Parts: sequence; C-alpha cells; structure tokens
Amino acid sequence: MPWDRNQLAERAAQELEDGFYVNLGIGIPTLVSNYIPEGYDITLQSENGMLGMGPFPLENEIDADLINAGKQTITELRRTSYFSSSNSFAMIRGGHINLSILGAMEVSQDGDLANWMIPGKLVKGMGGAMDLVAGVQRIVVIMEHTNKKGEPKLLKKCTLPLTGTGVVDRIITNLGVFDPTHNGLKVVELAPEVDLNEVKDKTEATILIE
Amino acid sequence: MKKIYSDAKSALDGLLVDGMTIAAGGFGLCGIPENLIAAIRDSGVKNLTVASNNAGVDDFGLGLLLETKQVKKMISSYVGENDLFMQQFLAGELEIEFNPQGTLAERLRAGGAGIPGFYTATGVGTQIAEGKEHKEFDGKTYILERGLRTDLAIVKAWKGDEQGNLTYRKTSMNFNPECAAAGKITIAEVEEIVPLGTLDKSAIHTPGIYVQRIIEGEHEKRIEQRTIREA
Repeated sequence: MPWDRNQLAERAAQELEDGFYVNLGIGIPTLVSNYIPEGYDITLQSENGMLGMGPFPLENEIDADLINAGKQTITELRRTSYFSSSNSFAMIRGGHINLSILGAMEVSQDGDLANWMIPGKLVKGMGGAMDLVAGVQRIVVIMEHTNKKGEPKLLKKCTLPLTGTGVVDRIITNLGVFDPTHNGLKVVELAPEVDLNEVKDKTEATILIE
Repeated sequence: MKKIYSDAKSALDGLLVDGMTIAAGGFGLCGIPENLIAAIRDSGVKNLTVASNNAGVDDFGLGLLLETKQVKKMISSYVGENDLFMQQFLAGELEIEFNPQGTLAERLRAGGAGIPGFYTATGVGTQIAEGKEHKEFDGKTYILERGLRTDLAIVKAWKGDEQGNLTYRKTSMNFNPECAAAGKITIAEVEEIVPLGTLDKSAIHTPGIYVQRIIEGEHEKRIEQRTIREA
C-alpha cells in the first residue's frame, strides 16, 4: 500500500533529530508537525518571522497578527521569538536551520528541484523556497510520486524552471524514500507492499539498486 | 519637526508622483499599511513600481491598487493569493519581478543600510541568476543582488510615538522594518500613537530616524486562512 498524505508526513517526521530547528513548507510538509517523536525538542521556524511555532489556535485564540508562512492562523509557545524578514532569512541563508521539508513539482535524480512555476499557467512565485534550498543544512522533499495524469515527477532532468540545483538530499513519495546521487536515485526504502517494478514504471529518473 | 499627521491622505500630501517606487510592508494581509494603501488608491497616482512580498488579495491590501491598474510593476516573492494579479500578468498588463523572499528582504535591508549590492547563493542555477554577476567565494558560487531603495515606504506598526519610534506585534513585523529603512521617505501607520517615553526603549524595533511621518489608523486586519483546532 502506498503511503497516504498522513503516512507521508509520519515517515518524513523520522528525518527529525532531537534539538533540530526546522522549517516546514506549505501543504503536506505542515502535517509533519503532527508526528514529532515523543520527547524530541523541535523548534519550528516560520519564515515570515517566528521561531517556536505552536499549533493552530482555538476559536477564541485567533490573532490576526499571528500567522505562519502559509498565512494560516497559529499560536505561540513559551519559547517563541519574533523577528523581521531579513533576520528570518539571515538564519535560513546563514545555515542555522537544520532541516527543511518542502513540496515539489519535479525533482531530478541529481537533486535539482522545481516547485515554483509552470510557465504560462501558474505564476505564483517562489516565496522563500529558493532561499531555503540554498541555505538550510538538509533538504527533504515530500511529494506524490506521479502527477494527476500519472506522469513521473522524478526525472533525469527537470523540465520546469528550477528552484535550486543539486539541493535535494532526500525525496519521500507515496511509494518510498529515495536519495539523489550523481548516477541516479538510490532506493532507501519502499512503502509497504510497493515493489520495485512499480517504482521503475512510475519513475523517469534512473533507479539505482544496491 | 512634527511627524504626526491626522490621517493617511494628509500624510501622503506632496509625496505621490506618477512612476514612483514604493516599498510596502506586510506578509500576506498581516501587517499591511491598510490605510495608506487605500489613500494611495484614492489619490489616483499611476505607473507605480511596488516592492512588497505579496500583492494582497483581489479586494484588499495591494489588490486595491491592481484593481484600479495603478501598478505598472510588482517586485514580490509570491502572488498566488491574487487572481486579478494573475489575469493582469498573463494579459501583459502588469510586470512582475520575482525576487526570492530572503533576497527581497535583504535587498531592502541593504538598500536602507547603504549597501548597493551583496552576494547570495539563493537562486544560483535558476532563472533568477540570469544576467547577474556570478562570483566564487571559498569554492561556492554566489550571485550579485542589488540593494533596493524606494522613493517612498509605507509600513504598519503596532505602537508608535511622536518621534516615529515603532514597535511591531508578533508576526505582523515581517518586512516592515526593512521597508521603513529602505524608503527615502517613510510613512508609518500604527494602531496607537502613545505618549513619548512610554514605549519600552529597549524594545523599539524601528528607531524614529527611519520614519518621517506617522498616523494612527483603524485596522480591519483581515485574516486570509482562518485555521483552528478543536478544543
């Protein structure tokens, strides 16, 4: 059985280490915060200017001045600090954040990432993604293995405009866990009951087998 | 010099010129100078270049200036919340210069700090790097990005005083301190102008030297994504 959204997030949470400062992207990556291992001291950074992001608020706690980078209302914790955007990206660009978990449209086998634009169609912008992949110590991508038409998203070379080159350290899809290398994608783990032939069928990138 | 003005319209008096550049604070709809944006719309000034992380939503924030086609060009990192923006852009009516969010923040910070350019690894190998100087430091490639100063900056703070000292509340700080420093003239709108000496002097985020005019305003503080958890 391929992993569903929540199982993807749960698997991605295994990438956390005690004491990490972590930036989670918008979408499925946000769900990772539901699966932080018991006893781990994890501080979530939100690039709009906050360290120590808390859970979503109760109805009576909603504060328009307190949102995350996805513009969702959130809460603060006792450890929380607030700062300006340039300060926020100083900690990102300066390599102070241990891990970022992001979504992707395409990833290449040597770790190029495309997740911000489809020319002529989707013009939203890169937000903080280019800064994150350039500056954060480790980049993990979580994504569906194929697009809505069933076409591969793990490619030899990305076709969409890039967010960064050679920046992805690990890819977690609904089918398994893969590490980009110069020769192809190394299979780290497969989701339960997913076999390698299915992965090969649904991947354009070279799949390396140990 | 008196910095306090009675409202947004009077604070903008004599400053607006067609074709000018404006830096606007805010992240999404959080911490945006609502009153000043509305007054700029009412002024009818045209052909603006606006540096702001986002472009508001269709009927609020900087979206108001798009509705009236007063904006020629946006310098932003993310405009996905605004359908009108997308339409105008795809129709060729609006220019967009996408800047990575951290690069935009640093361009404004650098501009305000008198730094004309800086090198960053952000965007290397992407279309953002095209046409920019590349330079290697310690074996790693960086691109040159320019500091950004604007003719005018409009910012939103929580509390301010007659000297223009500002404090921000929670994540509504975001780009406001950088914009305040980057503007050749900066107007701040605050929720409350407090008596001089009552702000905690060790907790002032934007010292008054960066602020030439200040107004008190009413703020709707619209929420884009109201997310809650169950009790």
